[in-house]
Amino acid sequence: MKYSALNLLRQGFAGHRGWPAAWRNADLKSDYDIVIVGGGGHGLATAYYLAKEHGLSNIAVLEKGWIGGGNTGRNTTVVRSNYFYPESAAFYDFSLKLYEGLSRELNYNIMLSQRGMMMLAHSSHDLELLKRSRNAMLLNGVDAKLLTPDEVKARAPALDVSRKARHPIWGALMQERGGVARHDAVAWGYARAASALGVDIVQNCEVVGFDIVAGRIKGVRTRLGEVKADRVALAAAGHSSVLARMVCFRLPLYSYALQAFVSEPLKPVLDTVIASPASGTGVYVSQSDKGELVVGSALDLYGSYAQRGNLPIIEETAAGLVSLFPSFSRLRLLRHWAGIVDVTHDSTPIIDRTPIDGLYVNCGWGTGGFKAIPGGGATFAHLIARDAPHPLAAPFSFDRFRTGALIDEAAAAGIAH
Amino acid sequence: MLSIVCPFCGPRDETEFRCGGESHIARPGPPDAVTDEAWADYLFYRDNTKGVQFERWVHAYGCGLWFNVARNSVTHEILAVYEMTDPKPHGLVE
Repeated sequence: MKYSALNLLRQGFAGHRGWPAAWRNADLKSDYDIVIVGGGGHGLATAYYLAKEHGLSNIAVLEKGWIGGGNTGRNTTVVRSNYFYPESAAFYDFSLKLYEGLSRELNYNIMLSQRGMMMLAHSSHDLELLKRSRNAMLLNGVDAKLLTPDEVKARAPALDVSRKARHPIWGALMQERGGVARHDAVAWGYARAASALGVDIVQNCEVVGFDIVAGRIKGVRTRLGEVKADRVALAAAGHSSVLARMVCFRLPLYSYALQAFVSEPLKPVLDTVIASPASGTGVYVSQSDKGELVVGSALDLYGSYAQRGNLPIIEETAAGLVSLFPSFSRLRLLRHWAGIVDVTHDSTPIIDRTPIDGLYVNCGWGTGGFKAIPGGGATFAHLIARDAPHPLAAPFSFDRFRTGALIDEAAAAGIAH
Repeated sequence: MLSIVCPFCGPRDETEFRCGGESHIARPGPPDAVTDEAWADYLFYRDNTKGVQFERWVHAYGCGLWFNVARNSVTHEILAVYEMTDPKPHGLVE
């Protein structure tokens, strides 16, 4: 059923008892043309674009747990495209543009709020680097502007911009088109739209092995039985290495836990997204529609598959937040959690074929996979459908590790991805 | 909070340490004979095991010693601490 004002009115008169399920919880069949492993944002978006843009059918998305229950449901919902290198800027801005039209495209309100995203400078050197970033963004055709400390104060009055501040504020790099989107809605919107186009979404269906004959993929083995498929696409984020190992190859990834935090709800206090990469803690914060502060910071810097965080980072994050916003000092954190992120050496993703024919991989998003969901899905679908990379994702290949042509965003932008 | 037993200083909080990533990675050589693939494998490709990982750690805010740790990446349980040049402990290798 289309979500519209008319249907809302109709269902309202019927006591809201007539709404159908948003998407079909499918049973596993034994044969598909394409199997996507991982029912997060990237997997679901890939299925949607395969069906919508490439006219393919007989597609399954296999999810180990529940859809959107991994990193898609664990991130801090920030969308932006303030990247440095042309390859990244082109890709992430493409993704942000898809986000800008996504509610209409999917007929599902993803609650995109382009409230602006600013990165703070805490010294003259920070400011120089942000000027460099702004220039790069403008050259790459991405909106960007520098804010003076007074402008920063006007935009976020709760920030401590005094000269005595622990991290004095010298200015900020603002991307007005940045903001937040409802993460669960992105997963469910893509699931609903893909399901309506005939994609089977199968939950509680962990993949435990792959059938490979003469270097070509023939299917996958799951907890619910064997499935034949000519093409298999991995979109498993932090667990990509685990899947690759079943096929006996390794990936240039390391999996870390990235924590996020939500405070008790407040009255409106912050109507933009603020990141402080240079303060040493890398804190970023926004306020959700429910009034909670959504806070994140650095990785737990050792390998982890635990999906829960560790105490030192909580302390560091809280300290970082309070140093920026002294008035938040008596606020309590309500919840914290962690997602397992797959980090590449250059903080640039991988969308490529693998040594096995018919097996494709989408991974390496590190700490920034949410903003990339529409772009990742669209370009990964292109790769699977045509067995050739999408022009925007062509630089995100395995080959760069061999040639040395890394797209080193971590060093260039100096921020957590 | 991990409690890591530094071989020199004894048990200390994880905040005193830094993790140096996977251990037991041998640099290929001689340089002229190393292919680009082998070099990429050495620099970037990792086991990234879900389970027992073998890692290098350094007591950065202590004695400065580098050593190896066998740690479960799911439970974070530390299974062994051993010297930099020691082989992987018996019984922990898959």
